[in-house]
Amino acid sequence: MSEKIVKPVQEKKVTFNVWAWFAANKRALWTLAALILILLVNRLISPTFFTVRYQDGRLLGSIIEILNRGAAVMLLTTGMTLVIATKGIDLSVGAVIAICGAVSATLIADQPPAVAILFGLGAALLCGVWNGVLVAVFNIQPIVATLILMVVGRGIAQMITNGQIAIFNDPTLSFIGAGVVFGLPFPIFLSIGVLIVVWLFVRRTAVGLLIESVGANDRASFYAGINATMIKLMVYTISGLCAGIAGLILTGYIKGADANNAGLWTELDAILAVVIGGTSLNGGRFNLGLSMIGALIIQSLYTGILISGLPVEFNLVVKAIVILFILLLQSDSFRQIVLQPFRRKTA
Amino acid sequence: MKSRILPLIATFVVFVLLYLVGFQRFDAFGTTKVLSNVLTDKAFLGITAVGMTFVILSGGIDLSVGSVIAFTGVFCATLIENSGWHPLVVFGLSLVIGACFGAAMGAVIYYFKIPPFIVTLSGQFLARGMAFVITTASVPVTHPFYNELGNLFIRFPDKGKLSFVAMLFLVVLLLGIVLAHFTRFGRNVYAIGGNDTAALLLGVPIRNTTIGIYMLSSLLATLGGIAYSLYTDSGYPLAATGVEMDAIAAVVIGGTLLTGGVGYVAGTFIGILIQGIIQTYITFDGTLNSWWAKIAIGFLLLLFIALQKFLTAGGVVWVRSLFRRFMPGTAKQPVPASGG
Repeated sequence: MSEKIVKPVQEKKVTFNVWAWFAANKRALWTLAALILILLVNRLISPTFFTVRYQDGRLLGSIIEILNRGAAVMLLTTGMTLVIATKGIDLSVGAVIAICGAVSATLIADQPPAVAILFGLGAALLCGVWNGVLVAVFNIQPIVATLILMVVGRGIAQMITNGQIAIFNDPTLSFIGAGVVFGLPFPIFLSIGVLIVVWLFVRRTAVGLLIESVGANDRASFYAGINATMIKLMVYTISGLCAGIAGLILTGYIKGADANNAGLWTELDAILAVVIGGTSLNGGRFNLGLSMIGALIIQSLYTGILISGLPVEFNLVVKAIVILFILLLQSDSFRQIVLQPFRRKTA
Repeated sequence: MKSRILPLIATFVVFVLLYLVGFQRFDAFGTTKVLSNVLTDKAFLGITAVGMTFVILSGGIDLSVGSVIAFTGVFCATLIENSGWHPLVVFGLSLVIGACFGAAMGAVIYYFKIPPFIVTLSGQFLARGMAFVITTASVPVTHPFYNELGNLFIRFPDKGKLSFVAMLFLVVLLLGIVLAHFTRFGRNVYAIGGNDTAALLLGVPIRNTTIGIYMLSSLLATLGGIAYSLYTDSGYPLAATGVEMDAIAAVVIGGTLLTGGVGYVAGTFIGILIQGIIQTYITFDGTLNSWWAKIAIGFLLLLFIALQKFLTAGGVVWVRSLFRRFMPGTAKQPVPASGG
């Protein structure tokens, strides 16, 4: 008996004014500015950065590559945004990627691809439900509840693949990670498709509002008649499923499942993407679009460092500094402290 | 008060049970060699986990410790081998760097109100990146001082030997217990973890304590890195990945609440010993694969979290409320789904 979908009383005609929207969402402006800045810096480093050329039936270029390689993180970010909006966190997505990859790569050896993919996604769904039950039903702190699966998950994945890297040669599964549709890599369609479905689900129904309400104050939401347990269970399930799809992409891309390294530390990338996108870790509000920009920022940063010819060693340092800078820009107290001297002069 | 000490007792009981299971199957479990080897193997993790205990007691988290260990290892190895500095000077310098690093993270957390999770995550990237910048290769250390420290141990009657790093671990542990339970700083940490608003109103110096907590954590992680460097005689930038999660697991298994305010440093010690015993058992057995260690530790995590939940939520009342939730008709009193 969960939430009924509530139709808004009056259907507002959506008139979209870009400038008004930005004036109302200054944070969005900062985030978008950061992305544009990083892209421009990339353009300065590599003059061919924005060039997209058509070759062998597919589009090639740095921008396409950012979208392609960023697809997995974008998927994770989609689920993570909803989880963080309920004041939760999901540390287990990297492990879920490994489990889903291990299941489908092992099954594909003697099963039709559809079965392998469905079982892989099913395993991911189960992981999500497990997290959800721990958090929503047993009221365990999200960071601890998902830490369990983060620790155990890779052990389980290793058990499934018997400690080896499960290699396969199935065209269907590798299509998910490396296929080309209309000249564009298939993962791009997959991540954007999932994003649209999730967005429609949360923003064109009342679900998004309910998620924000639970994140802002779950006790008050409960008394207001919202089934907070169900909402939390749902967001962790969605996050697990998104991680599963990301797992299929990563597995298909390398045509193998590496239980130890598949999706290692991607949970941290996804959490950073959400935070850069301006969704507070304290829950209560979320913006899927800005989270996607956050994911793109992380990926463009990464690609930028790669094409800059900077030694790979600097990758993490640059990433840390840029991320810290973006976070500081978004921090209200930081802006207050930095702008203090200027304010005094004008006042 | 009773429910506070119960998780610690439960941890101790689990440790004794695991030890007895091992002893029953392998006679060698009874020797001091096994215990002293566990202490040596887990010394770097233990030293780090003592710092982590303070962070978690204050309601925060420190994800940067694994990278700090790796950075320290590489930093020490290159300065000793390539620049010919004396190890003691390098150790001192790296401890200063570690303390500054932690203090900086604490300051960012306090002044800019960015969650510790995110700040220390950036710190993790930064420290790991700096380790890569220094060198991408594994640097062996051949300085005679390392050998001297390696030959410094206390021998037990039955061949077991307490190595220098194990002694270091035990000293840090004792200092940690004193700091947590018998000093003003320790009391401030507990106060902030229990309720930071109340702590502020009571006049607890939030700023200094917050910065101090993260400084202590990074300082001990650096010391853990030095222990790791002595233990492996080398520095490698990819070393100690995921140690932060092992440290957090040890703290939680040791009975410290992740919401802060409740826990004992001594519990963390037992948490470390449990991890060590599980690993020793798997090594002794020989047929079990390494992933069973992960699964066993995860299972223990679940067990202890469930136990804590059971105790803090008033045990029976909590179980009854669970049943109510699944039978909507009987829910006369609404059961709030309150989170942290």
